[in-house]
Amino acid sequence: MHIIDMHTHIMQENEKAANWNKDFFNKHKIFAANLMSAPGAGKTSLLEETIKKIKNEFKIAVIEGDLQTTIDADRINALGIPSHQIVTGTVCHLDARMIHNVLHDFKLEGIGLLFIENVGNLVCPAEFNLGEDLKVMVFSVVEGAEKPKKYPVMFHETDAVLLNKIDLIPYSGVSLKELEKNVLEINPLAKIFPVSCKTGEGIDDWIGWLKQQIRK
Amino acid sequence: MHEFSIVQNIINACEAEARKHNSNKISKIGLRIGEFTGVVREALDFAFDITKKNTLAENAAFEIEIVPLKTHCNNCGHTFSDIKEYNFYCPDCNDPLEILEGRELEIKYIDIT
Repeated sequence: MHIIDMHTHIMQENEKAANWNKDFFNKHKIFAANLMSAPGAGKTSLLEETIKKIKNEFKIAVIEGDLQTTIDADRINALGIPSHQIVTGTVCHLDARMIHNVLHDFKLEGIGLLFIENVGNLVCPAEFNLGEDLKVMVFSVVEGAEKPKKYPVMFHETDAVLLNKIDLIPYSGVSLKELEKNVLEINPLAKIFPVSCKTGEGIDDWIGWLKQQIRK
Repeated sequence: MHEFSIVQNIINACEAEARKHNSNKISKIGLRIGEFTGVVREALDFAFDITKKNTLAENAAFEIEIVPLKTHCNNCGHTFSDIKEYNFYCPDCNDPLEILEGRELEIKYIDIT
């Protein structure tokens, strides 16, 4: 028996790939935003609404992560925006190596803004840095006001939380005030944007903030 | 179940380290896992039992140290190890708290023969 001290970060391979991605983004002046949420919170709808409003200002591309299908990439392509679908099969999150592999083939010349839509999941994607500039969460208010406390890590790691589907508040009985309080207790520095991708409410506030982050 | 990805990372790193020391058998892997990570101990053990077959860690066991959450307030300088319900506002001055410990995902050591 012989004990060897390692003191190694378990995610070191992922961190290495994330740093490679970050260098790539910096070198090519690409601003990368990682979008995370539970399934069905409205990540793709948010992308559609955001893209429609800023596609004349920024050259945009999207990487989509899903367990199955190319439905999301097709929705983005329909807006005239290049997209690349990663089908993860059974893997519940995107990792930095998957993004690294895409960067080899996906033509990103001239792209200024890259959205990476993660696999719908409130737990796993939080532990995998992708080399992004910004982490953004989409949370649909109908998921319930207590969820930030039940899934604290992702809420803590994100830069902004979009509280989507506020048009459904009258039908769901959820308290926006309580939800915002729970988000801020987990992450006092998070920017919070109540939005509705259906009615367009709040989308301009989010876009205004996003542009500030890009121009920083 | 991202624990499978995490366990795969652990095994890869430990096998590489064992080979560096000309060992072909790992008997124990010491881990430090923060309380405030998305990693569940039982899921980690379960994923390890399945993934370790036909690796140098085939007969190894995990020794897992859970690192409790510890936070610090940069405004009033206080340190807390007992924040309630993950409320990251300082109980003394209401400024945002910073995490000092509890986010660890670390391989501490391997025991080899």
